[in-house]
Amino acid sequence: MTPDQQANGRRPRDSAGNGLQVCRRLLVPYKAGHPTEIRARVRARLRALRGPQSGAQRASDVRDERQATLREGVRILVRAMRDEPVILGIAVAGSAVYGIATVAAAEVIGRITDRVVVPAFRDGETTTGALALTALAIMVTALVKAAGIVVRRYFAGLGQYRLNARYRRQVSRQYLRLPLSWHHQHSTGKLLSNANADVESSFWPIAPLPFALGVVVMLVFALVSMFLADPWLALVGALLFPAILLLNFFYQRRLSPLATRAQALRAELSGVAHESFDGAMVVKALGREAAETARFGKVAGQLRDANAAVGRIRGAFDPLMEALPNLGVLAVLVIGSARVADGSLAPGTLVQVAYLLTITAFPIRAIGFVLGELPRATVGWRRVQAVLDAEGALPHGTSSLNGAGEPAHLGVRDVTYSYVEGTPVLDGVHLDVEPGRTIAVVGSTGSGKSTLASLLVRLVDPATGAVLLDGTDLRELEPGQVAGAVSLVFQQPFIFEDTVRDNVTLGLTVPDDDVWAALRLAQGDRFVTSLAGELDARIGERGATLSGGQRQRLALARALVRRPRLLVLDDATSAVDPEVERRILAGLRDAALPSTVVVVAYRRATIALADEVVYVEDGRVSARGVHAELLTTSPGYRDLITAYERDAAERAMAGTDPKDQS
Amino acid sequence: MSTAASPGSRLGDVQSGSAWATFRRGLALSPEITQGLLVTLLLALVATAGRVVVPIAVQQTVDDGLNASGGADLGYVRWMVGLAGVGIVLTVVAAYHMNRRIFRASEAGLATLRTKAFRHVHDLSVLTQDTERRGSLVSRVTSDVDTISQFVQWGGLIMLASLGQLVIATIVMAVYSWQLTLLVWVCFLPLFLALRTFQRMLSGAYMVVRERVGGMLGSISEAVVGAQAVRAYAVEGRTQQRIDDAVESHRVAASRAQRLAATAFSTGEVVAGLANAAIIVVGVLLGVAGDISLGRMLAFLFLVTLFVAPVQIGTEVLSEAQNAIAGWRRVLGILDTHADVADPGEDGVRLPRGPIDVRFECVSYAYPSGPTVLHDVDVAIARHTRVAVVGETGSGKTTFAKLLTRLMDPVQGRVLVDGADLRDIRFASLRERVVMVPQEGFLFDDTLAANLRYGKPEASDEELLLAVTELGLGEWLDSLPYGLETPVGQRGESLSAGERQLVALARAYLADPDLLVLDEATSAVDPATEVRLARALEGISRGRTSVTIAHRLSTAEAADEVFVFDRGRLVESGPHAELVQKGGVYAALHTAWVSQSR
Repeated sequence: MTPDQQANGRRPRDSAGNGLQVCRRLLVPYKAGHPTEIRARVRARLRALRGPQSGAQRASDVRDERQATLREGVRILVRAMRDEPVILGIAVAGSAVYGIATVAAAEVIGRITDRVVVPAFRDGETTTGALALTALAIMVTALVKAAGIVVRRYFAGLGQYRLNARYRRQVSRQYLRLPLSWHHQHSTGKLLSNANADVESSFWPIAPLPFALGVVVMLVFALVSMFLADPWLALVGALLFPAILLLNFFYQRRLSPLATRAQALRAELSGVAHESFDGAMVVKALGREAAETARFGKVAGQLRDANAAVGRIRGAFDPLMEALPNLGVLAVLVIGSARVADGSLAPGTLVQVAYLLTITAFPIRAIGFVLGELPRATVGWRRVQAVLDAEGALPHGTSSLNGAGEPAHLGVRDVTYSYVEGTPVLDGVHLDVEPGRTIAVVGSTGSGKSTLASLLVRLVDPATGAVLLDGTDLRELEPGQVAGAVSLVFQQPFIFEDTVRDNVTLGLTVPDDDVWAALRLAQGDRFVTSLAGELDARIGERGATLSGGQRQRLALARALVRRPRLLVLDDATSAVDPEVERRILAGLRDAALPSTVVVVAYRRATIALADEVVYVEDGRVSARGVHAELLTTSPGYRDLITAYERDAAERAMAGTDPKDQS
Repeated sequence: MSTAASPGSRLGDVQSGSAWATFRRGLALSPEITQGLLVTLLLALVATAGRVVVPIAVQQTVDDGLNASGGADLGYVRWMVGLAGVGIVLTVVAAYHMNRRIFRASEAGLATLRTKAFRHVHDLSVLTQDTERRGSLVSRVTSDVDTISQFVQWGGLIMLASLGQLVIATIVMAVYSWQLTLLVWVCFLPLFLALRTFQRMLSGAYMVVRERVGGMLGSISEAVVGAQAVRAYAVEGRTQQRIDDAVESHRVAASRAQRLAATAFSTGEVVAGLANAAIIVVGVLLGVAGDISLGRMLAFLFLVTLFVAPVQIGTEVLSEAQNAIAGWRRVLGILDTHADVADPGEDGVRLPRGPIDVRFECVSYAYPSGPTVLHDVDVAIARHTRVAVVGETGSGKTTFAKLLTRLMDPVQGRVLVDGADLRDIRFASLRERVVMVPQEGFLFDDTLAANLRYGKPEASDEELLLAVTELGLGEWLDSLPYGLETPVGQRGESLSAGERQLVALARAYLADPDLLVLDEATSAVDPATEVRLARALEGISRGRTSVTIAHRLSTAEAADEVFVFDRGRLVESGPHAELVQKGGVYAALHTAWVSQSR
C-alpha cells in the first residue's frame, strides 16, 4: 500500500492481501524477461489488483515510465554508436557538413543581396562577372548540401542495417543455444518477432540519428552566424530554436504512451487474427463466426481509438512545428525592417536571417524523429535484450563415448522431471537397457512417455537423477556426442524447407545409396521416387506438401541414416497405415541395426517388436517384463493393452445388436 | 490435401488492375473515409494557403515597407506582419482540424474494412482458406490495412499538401513575375518527371528486400519451430549458417536500396540550388530592366523552398502510395473472393432440433481442377444410428465427413438433412445441429473452461464438470494442476496431442448437436481412454445420430453400421458382423487390424 493510497483511503488497508503473497503472485508468471519489463508488468498487475487509485499515483507511474524510456533510449543510441563507430561517424560527419552548408547558403544569399542584388536594383546596372560569381556560390553550397545528404543517408542506412543484421545473428544464436525448456515458455510468433520486428524497431532511431546530431551542429553555427549578423535578430533565433526543441520534447512526452498503447493493440489484433484463423475449422464447426468477428472488432475498435488519439496529438504538433519558424520570420521582418530603416542593418542581413530561419525549419525536426522512435525502440530493445540475457543453456562436459558402431547401454537412474512445480511427470524412473535390446515404453495418455524420450537425447535434463549412456552421464559428454550416438524420432516431426536429401542427411556427408537405404527401411522410398527430382525434390514450408505419414517416414529415415547406437521412437509411426507400419517394424527387426531401441507405442504390433516392455504409470515404471508376463502381472498394463479386445468381448456378451438396447 | 485449387476458389487480389479502381472501391467499402470530406478539403485549402504567407510578407516588407515611395513605412510593416501572424494562426487551427478529421475518418473507415475482411475470411470455405498461409491471411487484415492508414495519414497528407502548395506557390509566383515562374518550372519539371523513374527503381530494390525478409524469417523460424529437431540432431551449426546467410543477403539488399534512396533524395537539393542561382541571375537582369521589384525577386527565393520538399519526399510518398494500393488490393481481394460454400441467409431453412437423418444422393466430389475423389455416393443414415466410416488413407473418408458437415459442397448430387438440401439450411441452424470434431484438436489460448465453453458460451461451471464427467474424463481433469482453470497455452500446446483431442471432443459434446461427426477425433489417445470415451459417447449419443471416421476398427465393431470406402467409392455398408462374414474389403481391413492390435 503506497502512502498515496492510504491518503486516498478508497480501499481498506488489507485489500491487496499479505505483501509477500502478493509479490509471489505477481512474480510467478513473469519469470523470464528484462528487469525493466518485469517491473513495468508487475506495476501494471499491482495496479489491477489494487483497483482504482489516485491520479497522482498514475501520473507518477507514467513519469517513471517516460524517464525510463528516455534513459534506455539514449542507451540504445550509445550502444549503436559504439557498435558501428566508423560508419555512423561518417554519417554524422556528412550530416554536419550538410548543416554547416545550410547556414552558409543563407550567408551566401545575404551577401549576394547586399553586394549584387540591391546595388543592381538601385543603380539599374550589373556586371556579368558578379552574376557568374553569384551563381557559382549558390551552386557550390547546394552541391555541398546534396553531398552531405547522400553521405548521411547512405551511411546512416548502412549502419542501421548492419546493426539489424548483427543483432539478428545474436538473437538467433541464442535461440539455438537456449534449452528447450526456455523455448516452451515462449510462443513461436513472439520469438520470430523478437528476431525480426523487435530488432528492427530497436534500431529505427539510428536512421535519423546522424541527421539529428548534424542538426545540433547546424543550430550552433546558425546562432553564431546570426549573432555576427545582428544581435537583435539573433535574439529571435535564440528564442525560436529552444522553443522548437521544447515543443518537440513536449510532443514526444505526450505521444509516447499513446504510441506505445497503439503498438500493443496492433500486436494484440494480430494475435487475435492469428489464433482465429488458425482455429478457422473449429470456428466453422461450432458456428462461432459472429462471436469471433465481435472479438476481433472489439480490438480493432480499440486500435482505431488509440490511433485517433495519436492523430489528435500529431495533428496539433505538425502545424505548430510549421508555424513556429514562420512566426520567427515575421518577427525578424518587424525588428529587422526597423533596424534597416534606421541604418544599423544592411537589407541583405535581414534577408539572410529570414532565409536561414526558413531553411532550418525542416532539419530541426530530425531531433523529433529520433525522439519519436525512442519509445518503440525501447520496447523492442527490452524484448531483444530479454532474449540475449536469457540464461540456461545445457552445459556440456568433456567426456566422449567409445564403441562406435556398437549398440549402446542405456541407464536411467531415479529420474524426476516436472513442468509445473509439485506435479512431477516423471517421478523416480529407474531403468536399464542392455546393448542391442529393444524395449517398448507403454503408458496411458499423459503418463510421461514423451518426456522420458526427450530426456534420452538430452533435449531436457532431469530435475534429479541421471541418464547414462554406456555408464556416462549425458551431462558429462562433449557437445555433439549425444546426437552422434542417439537419434530420436518424434510423433510430429519437423521438416526443413530443403531437399529430400538434405532433410535426411541434415548436412551429414553420406552417399546417396545410404540415403536410399534408410528411406527403404523407413518405407519412404516409394513416395520419394514419385516426387519430381527424387532426392533433389524441394519440400515446402514445414513439409506442407507431404502427408503426416510421409513426414514421419522421412523423419525415420533421417534417424536411420545415422545408424544410431540408441534409437528412440516416440510414437513415430502413428500416422502411417497399419500395413505400412508393419513393414517398417519388420524391416527394423531384420536390418540388424547396431542399435539399442526404445519405442514409445500403443499398438500391439509395435509392442510385439520389443524384447521387453516397460509399463509407465503415474510417472514411474510400474512393471517391466516380456509382454505375456506383464499381461498377467500388471493389471494396469493389461487394461491398457487389451482395451479393444475386452471391449469387443464385452460387446459380444451384451448382445449382437446394440440397437436392441435403445 | 495438396490438390491445387482453381482460380475461382483461390484467394486473390482485385481483378481489375488500375490503382484508381482499387482506390474507388476501397473508399466505397469504407464510407467513413469520405464522410465530411468537403469540409476537410476546405480546411486543407486554408492550411495550404498559409504556406505562402511568409514569402508574401517578405515581398511586402521590402517593396511596400522599406522601399516605400515616401521612405521606409514601418507602420505598414507592423500592420502587415500582424495580419500575416493572424493568417499563420488561422492556418494552424485549420491544419489541426484537418488532421484530426483525416485521422478519425481514416481510422474509422479502416477499422470497418478490416473487420469486414476478417469476417469474410471466416465465411470462405475451408478449401479457400487453405489456399493461403495463415500468416498471410493475418497480414491482410493487419499490416496491409496499416499500410493504407500510414499512407492516408502521412504520405497522402503530404501528397495533398505538396500539390496544394505547388499550385498556390505557382499562382503567387505568376502574379509576381511570369518570367521567373517559367524559370523555376523549367528547373523543377524534369525532376518531377523523373520521380516516377526513381520510384520504379526504388520499388524494384525494395521488392528484393521484402523477398529477402521472407527468406530470413523462414530460416529463423527453423531454429524456433524446429528447435527440438535441431537439438536432437545437433545441427545448430548448419542452422546458424543458413540464418547468417539469409540475414546477410537481406542486409546487402537493404543497403543497396538505401543507396538509391539517398541519391534520389539529394537531387532536390541540387535542383533547388540551380533554381536559386537562376532566379538571382535572371531576377537581377529583370530588375535592371525595371521588370521586377526587389521584394518580388527576393520572395521567389522563399517560394522556391516550397518546391523542394515535394520533390525530396516525392519518391518516398509515391512508394508509399504504391504499397498502400497493393495493401488495399490484398484486403479487397479477400472481400472479392466468392464464398463458394455460403450461408443461404434469410431465405434459408431453419430446422427444428431433434433426431436427425441424412441422405447422400449421387454425391461426387472433386477438388477444383483436380481428379474426382468421391464417386456417386448414395447412402442414407437413419435417425439414432451410429455410423463408423472406415477405409485406407486417401479413400475419401474425410471428404465424406466434410460434405456431411458442409465444409464443402458436392460437385454433383446433394446431401439432405431431414429432407432439406444442406445448401438451403441457414448456417446458424446447421451449426447448431451438426458439429464436427476434426483430428487436430485446436484450442484457444485461454483456460480449459473457456475452451470447453466455446460452443456453448452460456454453460455454467457445473455443466462443464458434468460434461467432462459424463465423458469419463473426470479423473483426467483432476490430474490437471488447476482443474478447469488450467491455461492450455497457445493452440493448446501446454497439453499433449491426446489431451487436446479430449478437450475438443468435450467441447463439441457440450455444444449438444443432433449429429456429431468425429474425424479421427481420438487418434492420439491411448487405447484404454479411447475405449472409455467410445463407451461414454455411446451412452450419451443415444437419441443422437453420430458418424465416426476411424482408423482403429474398434470403433467400427461398436457401431450400428459401417461404411467402407475404397478409392473414392462407398464399397460396402452394413453392421460389423455382417461385413466380416461377407469377406470383402472390410473383412480384410479388419483382419489386418486385429493382427496388429491383439
